[in-house]
Amino acid sequence: MIAYLIRRILYALPILVGVNLLTFSLFFVVNTPNDMARMQLGIKRVTPDAIEKWKQQRGYDKPLFLNSAANGADKITDTIFWQKSASMFALDFGYSDDGRSISREIATRMGPSLAIALPTFLIGLVTYITFALLMTLFRASALDMAGVALCVLLMSVSGLFYIIGGQFVVSKLWHLVPISGYGSGVNSFKFVILPIVIGVIGNVGSSSRWYRTIFLEEIGKDYVRTARAKGLSEVSVLFRHVLKNAMIPILTGVVVVIPLLFMGSLLTESFFGIPGLGSYTIDAINAQDFSVVRAMVFLGSLLYIMGLILTDISYTLVDPRVRLS
Amino acid sequence: MSFVPVILWSDALVLMLLAAVIFCAWYIRQHEHLLLPWRRVAQNSTAMVSLLVFLLFLVVGLLDTLHYRAALPEKNGGETVYTPEVLSVFDKLATQLRTQTEKTYSAPLAITLYAKESITDMQGRVLRDYPRLRYGGAHLTDIQQRDADVLWRIFLGVVVGLIGGVIIAFACKRWLSERNLPLRPLLIAMLSISALIGILVSLSAAYHVLGTDKVGQDVLYLSLKSIRTGLIIGTVTTLVTLPLALLLGITAGYLRGWVDDVIQYVYTVLSSIPSVLLIAAAVLMMQVTIDTHPQWFDNSASRADLRLVFLCLILGVTSWTGLCRLLRGETLKLREMEYIQAAQAFGVSSLRILLRHIMPNVMHIVLISLVMDFSGLVLAEAVLSYVGVGVDPSMISFGTMINGARLEMGRDPMVWWALAAAFGFMLVLVLAANLFADAVRDAFDPRLSRSDVAS
Repeated sequence: MIAYLIRRILYALPILVGVNLLTFSLFFVVNTPNDMARMQLGIKRVTPDAIEKWKQQRGYDKPLFLNSAANGADKITDTIFWQKSASMFALDFGYSDDGRSISREIATRMGPSLAIALPTFLIGLVTYITFALLMTLFRASALDMAGVALCVLLMSVSGLFYIIGGQFVVSKLWHLVPISGYGSGVNSFKFVILPIVIGVIGNVGSSSRWYRTIFLEEIGKDYVRTARAKGLSEVSVLFRHVLKNAMIPILTGVVVVIPLLFMGSLLTESFFGIPGLGSYTIDAINAQDFSVVRAMVFLGSLLYIMGLILTDISYTLVDPRVRLS
Repeated sequence: MSFVPVILWSDALVLMLLAAVIFCAWYIRQHEHLLLPWRRVAQNSTAMVSLLVFLLFLVVGLLDTLHYRAALPEKNGGETVYTPEVLSVFDKLATQLRTQTEKTYSAPLAITLYAKESITDMQGRVLRDYPRLRYGGAHLTDIQQRDADVLWRIFLGVVVGLIGGVIIAFACKRWLSERNLPLRPLLIAMLSISALIGILVSLSAAYHVLGTDKVGQDVLYLSLKSIRTGLIIGTVTTLVTLPLALLLGITAGYLRGWVDDVIQYVYTVLSSIPSVLLIAAAVLMMQVTIDTHPQWFDNSASRADLRLVFLCLILGVTSWTGLCRLLRGETLKLREMEYIQAAQAFGVSSLRILLRHIMPNVMHIVLISLVMDFSGLVLAEAVLSYVGVGVDPSMISFGTMINGARLEMGRDPMVWWALAAAFGFMLVLVLAANLFADAVRDAFDPRLSRSDVAS
């Protein structure tokens, strides 16, 4: 198990290197730092001095990969690639355009992101699976048809609609909770409740339908017939046998996203003014703060790869036949 | 000539795609075994009604894709001069909607502006009142006449629309019944659509049916123009995903070894970056390139258009990995089948095996995934435009419409019609696409039809 994990982590490294090289070439080779400086300082009235100063302030005035002017190890370390991109492996993300440490921002903003994303994830999971099991229970009946039709309808609605509509109805018409904002402690409850509910509703359609497909595939198998032949009620067949056996496909899709919960949701956070990583990313995109976007891309793929490893581990927990070696 | 055709980059791609689709349809018609699953789709009434709705959107989108520049009336020394403005055939048909702009917001079917203004009346007194619209309901002398006039126009529209629908239905009846299509649902759908079109046409002759936006543009016009952008995002992207996923997926699965390792590595790297972030990073970089090379574009329309094409390219590059993985898995299974082994034993080259024996047998996966992805892409456009990494802000799309109208929710009374129109049109388009995609999947997926028998 431990050996397997170490090997998995070693396998993950080349992928992270690939992500790193990809973002590096996207941000520094496709457009040179000169282009970026010109863009940030304005296209028309920009002097070469201003460009140099801009590059120097951000440490972009170095060569890309190889500094032939420096000596010894500095040849490699005193370059943009080493200082801006390779340093991310040490979780050193550098500074954003307004001079703040990106690592510290990430650490403080993870909390609010998680406060929305984790409950949304958990409540959502329970809701979707219950809904899907109910549809499976009443399969091929009018209730099932209505459920599927509802799912297709819900998944055809834009995610923006749920947020805008929910904010309008709950906050503006009914004045139940504030439209946006974030507080600390117990106070935060009234701010997070609406984003959580909307987050859950926004995914009901696609998720429930997906789970329903999984359950329907399971229900055709032999052990289900055996369970019924034993005289078990349909409900206990579904909840005790089918649900357990459907765990592998469910975990495949679900565990991967758990680490990504830290990143928060771009849309929800920016609409509800929650100071999490999602709104941080959106602000960075709008302000064209490339260092923050680069950091987020790297962090995102790091978390995704962690999710993949977690998925493998979770298989051993639900299926005794799976042994990691 | 009174006009000169203009083919923008996106137009060229759409026409290419259309040609490819027509070729495929012709090819499928020649082969009975390829036609079989489509017959199953054709018997599904939900699918056929959705297809009808989708085709309606497609017609609007295609009309909006034929661009031209009209000739100016005055001649410059015998040489015809064309306007710099690029219009589409749809713009020409909807000239009235396009040109009759009001001053600012007005509600659907309103005949006055949405906010009070100071008006100087004929006696020179200054009043605070809702000013009348320049075009909306301008033929009415009295505000009270509006309701009766609207009802009368709706009635006229329904009657004319129904008559038109019945004529079309009779014209197509033989053709439809020969093909064993679900006649009654199609007829009902056709009649209700033609009645709706009749209402829209007769009302929009004198009113702004869906109101006007901040700069007084007709919201119905904006919504109809957005259809093209949505369709392009949903379809042109496949021009990128399809070759990448198909080529890499089946080569990786068939050749295995180091080729497989390299391809797997590439798609794992790409898919490990959360897609929104990857798209955002790529679009930001594209923006820098566009802004630092203004000499590449002769006008803002071509810049917006090229940006749309680039957005499709980026969406394609970030979204081929899922299909590629599916195709690789399927090819791994197929290469162990007897008929492939037989081909290998006969000494058929790898390339020929891939093209003749593997590719046709994975096409159902490709087709299912393409139709399923379409609606996701249309929805993604709105989100990306909101995040600020979508289409050019000057390009009319559902995303830019929502983005522009979002801030107006706080006004009192609320400006809801632009949002409602954008969401409504998007819902109809995506719902039709989803329902059709489901039918296609049911008809083509061999796994599903088996499990249906079992349960």
